[in-house]
Amino acid sequence: MLRLDSLSQHYGDQPVLHDLSLTVPDGQLLCVVGPSGCGKSTLLRTVAGLLPAREGTITIDDTPVTGVPDRLAVVFQDYGRSLLPWLTVRDNVALPLRRQGLRRAERRAEADRILDRVGLTGAARRHPGQLSGGMQQRVAIARALVCRPSLLLMDEPFGSLDAQTREDLEDLLLEVHRTDRTTIVFVTHDIDESVYVGDRVVVLTPGPGAKVALDLPVELPCPRDQIGTRGLPEFVALRTRVGRAVRTPGRAQV
Amino acid sequence: MSGAPTHESRRPTDHGAAARTAHLVGETAARTARLARGALLRRLVLVLALTAWQLGARAHGSVYFPPPARIARHAYDLWFSGPVGHAFLTPAAVDTILPSLGRMAAGFVLAAVVGVGLGILVGRSPRAYALCDPVLQFARALPPPTLVPVFVVVFDFGTPMQLASIVFSAIWPVLINTAEGARDTDPLRLDVAAVLRLTAVERLWFLLLPSALPRIFAGLRLSLSLCLILMVFSELLPGTANGIGFALTDAQSRSDLLTVWAVLVLLGALGYLLNTGLLAIEKRLTGKRSHERRSKGSHKSSRTESRKGRST
Repeated sequence: MLRLDSLSQHYGDQPVLHDLSLTVPDGQLLCVVGPSGCGKSTLLRTVAGLLPAREGTITIDDTPVTGVPDRLAVVFQDYGRSLLPWLTVRDNVALPLRRQGLRRAERRAEADRILDRVGLTGAARRHPGQLSGGMQQRVAIARALVCRPSLLLMDEPFGSLDAQTREDLEDLLLEVHRTDRTTIVFVTHDIDESVYVGDRVVVLTPGPGAKVALDLPVELPCPRDQIGTRGLPEFVALRTRVGRAVRTPGRAQV
Repeated sequence: MSGAPTHESRRPTDHGAAARTAHLVGETAARTARLARGALLRRLVLVLALTAWQLGARAHGSVYFPPPARIARHAYDLWFSGPVGHAFLTPAAVDTILPSLGRMAAGFVLAAVVGVGLGILVGRSPRAYALCDPVLQFARALPPPTLVPVFVVVFDFGTPMQLASIVFSAIWPVLINTAEGARDTDPLRLDVAAVLRLTAVERLWFLLLPSALPRIFAGLRLSLSLCLILMVFSELLPGTANGIGFALTDAQSRSDLLTVWAVLVLLGALGYLLNTGLLAIEKRLTGKRSHERRSKGSHKSSRTESRKGRST
């Protein structure tokens, strides 16, 4: 269980997050939505242990986060920069396995297994720069999954992909979540995406000093599908509520 | 540069294929002609200069300015007419070229290893960078040959002094470029390394060195030419009994202008070859990421840009 307790974060003198409390039960896929610049990425970086919390605490299974937690993985938006272009796809994916003391052959086999799973069979020996954006982000997802994380953080992972690719990757993420039951915190500014992907949507108020404006369970039938789910009246109702909360955070308090 | 591709392996299997092959052969011929023309154009200035030199020197007939053909002939007789078993090197070449190349290689490797090592350390610590930058800029600003008299006093004559001169001159470009390359490591990739919990060695090997590699090679190329200069310069001084620089002063003292010219041509050729070799190594090491392209998600890169803004 991931728990944020009256978390505050500053960037210089500017408050970014203010008194933010949030509990994410194991296995939940939580979407964090908010206008751009509201501190979503700062929140994620703090949970990842990349930024020390200014005030308040973060705990994972009652252990306070001080550095980068064990069994944590992060997928960044900018796949082009987050992958290492001088390594092959397979070596990129196998990189986190080095610390597990696996032999080279085992690391490669494990990387190939995960690459199969994200639909990149056959791309193992290519370099990231030779792949399309969607395929590169699949590599980044494979690298995140290869260590079997218990907490997966995703920072607008599909924000720079075209619509079709984004839908494919959303479904890939849902499939991964359904089988692994990993706790996922998924940051996005796309309202439709948050409702389609999430078990729960949290809307942050615009900064400075963002806090929770809306905390909404998403009770849509699973498995979801891009055409059917998005046409459901419940989906439309939920996206309307989230959309209102993003635009006029003051009036949408729950 | 690169030879024209041949299509000898293509054999026509039917009439259509024969036509296609004919078309291909035509295209290949056109491409060969284009490539040959390009290669010729690139060398045109060199050929013209050599021709002008040859004609001018022969017309003038001065002993001080022998024509290039005579210089080449002399260099061949002097150094490259040896037995096959010695790679065609004459005893004079073994005595002249090899000691110089050995000192230069040792100096270059030492400067490269120490320079890259220190450069990474300085580049990864903002405080060390701030402290060292003025010193580095000062050291770089000194014309390297002016340090040689100091090393003559500090070190023994001969190889120790020569090595010290080469290393202390060649180290700065590598060090400064590596430091800047390491400092410009993409902060997002440093975050990735932190999240993947790479060890310090893994971080160095998989992230810092590869991302600084283009800058490291820019420094190495500068260092290489400095190594050549300092190698010759340090051999011009007393206390030297062999080497290319010694051959130069020796020939000069005997008023053997032909050998002086041959040494100059040799130095030019060596510099050109060594630089070509270094470029080939660089291409091999960085060629893998020639496909690297800028990602579309650019609005998250504000941190990089602000860093870049400060460094320029």
